[in-house]
Amino acid sequence: MNDLSRLTPSPASFFAANAVFIGRSVRLSLRNVEALLMAVMLPVMLMLLFTYVFGGALDPSGNYVNYVVPGIILLCAGFGSSSTAVDVSVDMTNGIIDRFRTMPIHSMGVITGHVAASLTRNLLATAVVIGVAFLVGFRPNAGPAEWLAALGIIVLFILAFTWLYAAIGLVASSPSAASGYGFALLFLPYLSSAFVRTETMPGWLQDVANHQPITPVIETIRGLLTGTPIGNQAWLAVGWCALLILVAIAWCGISFRRKAGRR
Amino acid sequence: MYPYAIETKGLKKSFGKQVVLDGVDLSVPSGSIYALLGPNGAGKTTLINILSTLTAADAGEARIAGYNVFAEKTKVKSSISLTGQFAAVDEMLTGEENMRMICRLSGLSPAESKARTAELLKQFELEAAGKKRVKSYSGGMRRRLDLAVSLVVDRPVLFLDEPTTGLDTISRQTLWKIILRLKERGVTVFLTTQYLEEADQLADKISVIDGGRIVATGTAAELKARFGEEVIELRDRNEALLRTVATSGTIADVRQALSELAPLLPPDARVSLRKPSMDDVFLALTSQPRLEESIL
Repeated sequence: MNDLSRLTPSPASFFAANAVFIGRSVRLSLRNVEALLMAVMLPVMLMLLFTYVFGGALDPSGNYVNYVVPGIILLCAGFGSSSTAVDVSVDMTNGIIDRFRTMPIHSMGVITGHVAASLTRNLLATAVVIGVAFLVGFRPNAGPAEWLAALGIIVLFILAFTWLYAAIGLVASSPSAASGYGFALLFLPYLSSAFVRTETMPGWLQDVANHQPITPVIETIRGLLTGTPIGNQAWLAVGWCALLILVAIAWCGISFRRKAGRR
Repeated sequence: MYPYAIETKGLKKSFGKQVVLDGVDLSVPSGSIYALLGPNGAGKTTLINILSTLTAADAGEARIAGYNVFAEKTKVKSSISLTGQFAAVDEMLTGEENMRMICRLSGLSPAESKARTAELLKQFELEAAGKKRVKSYSGGMRRRLDLAVSLVVDRPVLFLDEPTTGLDTISRQTLWKIILRLKERGVTVFLTTQYLEEADQLADKISVIDGGRIVATGTAAELKARFGEEVIELRDRNEALLRTVATSGTIADVRQALSELAPLLPPDARVSLRKPSMDDVFLALTSQPRLEESIL
């Protein structure tokens, strides 16, 4: 032990620490084979379910696939993000968080790492959804600019949901509690225009469906990919996502600091 | 420089109505091994969490390496390294990946991280296991990795929260050797333990904590001496311990103790004399099942 050189470098910068944490989370994601498989399988199953089982009843003309693809993308993004709550909660209930917090670094980067890994996983799942969609008859008429814009909205949505799930993971007392709380958010896509037009819902439910963040996001993606009217939905979608991201990051920041005192 | 690596005055902490620390005063000399000895729930981990900036105290002062724990957190974090009670490593990563991650976070370049990782894995006899996931490690290997990770860069103060709890004898002794070598390098080691033997073997100075208060401080020898010079042990015919009594060891004292005890014990009870152990001190000082009534 006497031969150890005296090492006292200045600790990792904000960006370096974040980069390390992102690398860590991506690596952990890749090793969690079951979760990764689920993240890819679920979109495929849902796509087939909605196109072949429900599709005929919902739209006898056989064109339902073009309507439902944006909804499936968001449903899968919501599901894919939900594992962030569990990942964050596992970290917070494990000794490793104490190690990070007692280092002179930006330790909240550990959450940023999980968010970045979730974004990566979800974009992969989205690519799978779109691939399968094409196989089952999805025929969008979007040009490169529209595809890019749609991708932008999808990324914003994934980030919004992932940060929300991260906050849930931070406030939950255990990983299984985190998983339970997170479940509630997964119902939001069903109460939107994702699978059926909101006009078909009872009046009171229409008010809910039309004024929750998922509907404008869906309508914007649908408009961009299949040419349905977008109107002011794009601004609403961006506004909602930005608001959710800001609120969720602030929530994460506060609960990350408070969590220490309760351990 | 600072004469005391760790100094606290009147530290208090409650969780709700439960008082966990009730005015803790400590002075840990730089470069020493200091043991905080106490039963479960005495407040050991809470104290470590406060000193390592994880938890805020309700009242009192604390300084690490001269820095105020509450006002100069970043400087304190740059002076300490913590090995918590539960191995703080990622199970799904390999030992090597864990080490490199902490190296990078500590500010080493990728090349330095690689070299440092190899060096530490070798020193902690984890070379062969370096490429395996931590999930497959034994308890002792995990602890060694955990400690190795804490030593990636030089920090003057090292906190070890129950470093050998749950380890077998060989792993425990290996860790003890490592801790003693750290002291040779000038590191101040502050460790908590429930094991009297551990405090006795390692520590230059021991504080006994019970119910959130420091109930005694001194070297192992001082603590034993405070308890008495000689201990009378009384056993029945089957060698089962009946009583232990601390005495000064003089004829007068021993005679008086025996005459007071005789009516209370069977006539065939056997008497022997021995030096006090840390167990005697610990049991006398803490609210463990009390032997107090038998201490004259």
